Amino acid sequence: MRVGIVGYGVYVPRLRIRVEEIAKVWGHDANSYREGLGIEEKSVPSLDEDTATIAVEAARNAMRRAQEVKPSEVGALFVGSESHPYVVKPTAATVAEALGLTPSLTAADTEFACKAATTAVQACLGMVKAGYIRYGISIGADTAQGAPRDALEYTAAAGGAAYVIGAGEGVIAEVEATYSYTQDVPDFWRRDGASYPRHAGRFTGEPAYFEHVINCTKGLLEKTGTSPTDYDYVVFHQPNSKFPLKAARELGFEEKKLHPGLLVNRLGNTYSGSSLIGLAAVLDVASPGERILLTSYGSGAGSDSFSIRVTEAIEAKRELAPPVIYYLDKREYIDYSTYARFRRLFKER
Amino acid sequence: MGVSGVPRHWRSLRERYRLLGTYCENCGTSFFPPRKICPKCRRRGRTREVEFSGRGKVFSYTVIHVGSKTFEEYAPYVIGLVELEEGPRVLSQIVDCKPEEVHIGMEVEACFRKLFEQEDGGIISYGFKFRPVDDSWVEYYRKLLADKKVKAART
Repeated sequence: MRVGIVGYGVYVPRLRIRVEEIAKVWGHDANSYREGLGIEEKSVPSLDEDTATIAVEAARNAMRRAQEVKPSEVGALFVGSESHPYVVKPTAATVAEALGLTPSLTAADTEFACKAATTAVQACLGMVKAGYIRYGISIGADTAQGAPRDALEYTAAAGGAAYVIGAGEGVIAEVEATYSYTQDVPDFWRRDGASYPRHAGRFTGEPAYFEHVINCTKGLLEKTGTSPTDYDYVVFHQPNSKFPLKAARELGFEEKKLHPGLLVNRLGNTYSGSSLIGLAAVLDVASPGERILLTSYGSGAGSDSFSIRVTEAIEAKRELAPPVIYYLDKREYIDYSTYARFRRLFKER
Repeated sequence: MGVSGVPRHWRSLRERYRLLGTYCENCGTSFFPPRKICPKCRRRGRTREVEFSGRGKVFSYTVIHVGSKTFEEYAPYVIGLVELEEGPRVLSQIVDCKPEEVHIGMEVEACFRKLFEQEDGGIISYGFKFRPVDDSWVEYYRKLLADKKVKAART
């Protein structure tokens, strides 16, 4: 029996700030950030948007595509994020209520830096395969925090993606295999009560991102007996444009296979949404029979890899909700002072 | 710290999250907010819960430049009276556009947003607001997929 994605959807707030605008405020050289990170602009949430509202919008788009799924058939909903609006009070319950899935389901928030939602996809796959639930939803959404003047401020963005997982005829992309790779690595963290995460600078590259993304992908290839040439697309977690390009090169994936799902230059790093919005952009254009390799990365640190095969069912479903490109194109630029107000950087009287 | 407003928030959150109202099967009228009985049919009314599509038109609107304390950070913002396609008129913020872009008759759709936050670590209220309908992607996306097919057939 085919198990995999029966519906997917994304949401990105429409406000954007350009790299130049941030660099101007801090006296940085915009070009060095633009070229160093491979980023032009990033999305910014409105005052009335947060991880819960982004998750609801993405999940509603996913349910539009998963048209055969009745709300009562969804047995699990997870929201992966590192910017849940509450420390205690689950975002997942709000999202489940907004989608009309309550009360007969299990729901929880998951946390593993930027890979919280791919892990929840695995949980849904497991529950569907075991027959515990008919459908499960995993959502990755964030309004990422980056301290003012920190390099992260150029990339920390807002957005989310939702995946309805199920089995049978409605599967638009079958998950053929999944593999994970986890170790304790202090590359990026945020203590309870701290407003912004801290990171270990260059340390975030080799022992963290590349160690996990590359070895996890290799592990999946080994497990499935496949090689990079067996895949038509590859999607990696994308904290900037450089990291995924380098990982693809080292693993032997042609660069053109990475481009359809590489959005960070126009979107920024949406943390838990990052690799899953990339996957959605690929599903927006992929043809039946094509194969996709997805590897997420979460600091702290770990990766989840998936081998995904697109089915014929995608043709009838993908036009039921807006593609990723719609959200990338629908944008309004703001200046840094508006950004600072929206991010509540000013202390009020 | 008090929890004032929490019970009221809880009582109305389902209708705010999902735009739930009441439909009377006897006279075919829809209501928002939900009603226990149909005011037209009284005892003959047969009411049931209905989830509205979220589509509607701006019936009237105003721009708030000086909001109450809870909403002052949103100023200037638009408060609209939206006529849903099922009939009822609901009061809501109109978002994702500039105040000068809003006009009577403008097609809008419901979206999910933060309504307000209580001070001092209180609860966050979520619910529907309205944004302009933008179906421009439908044509555009169809063309993009068709072009891709043509290109694939050539190679």
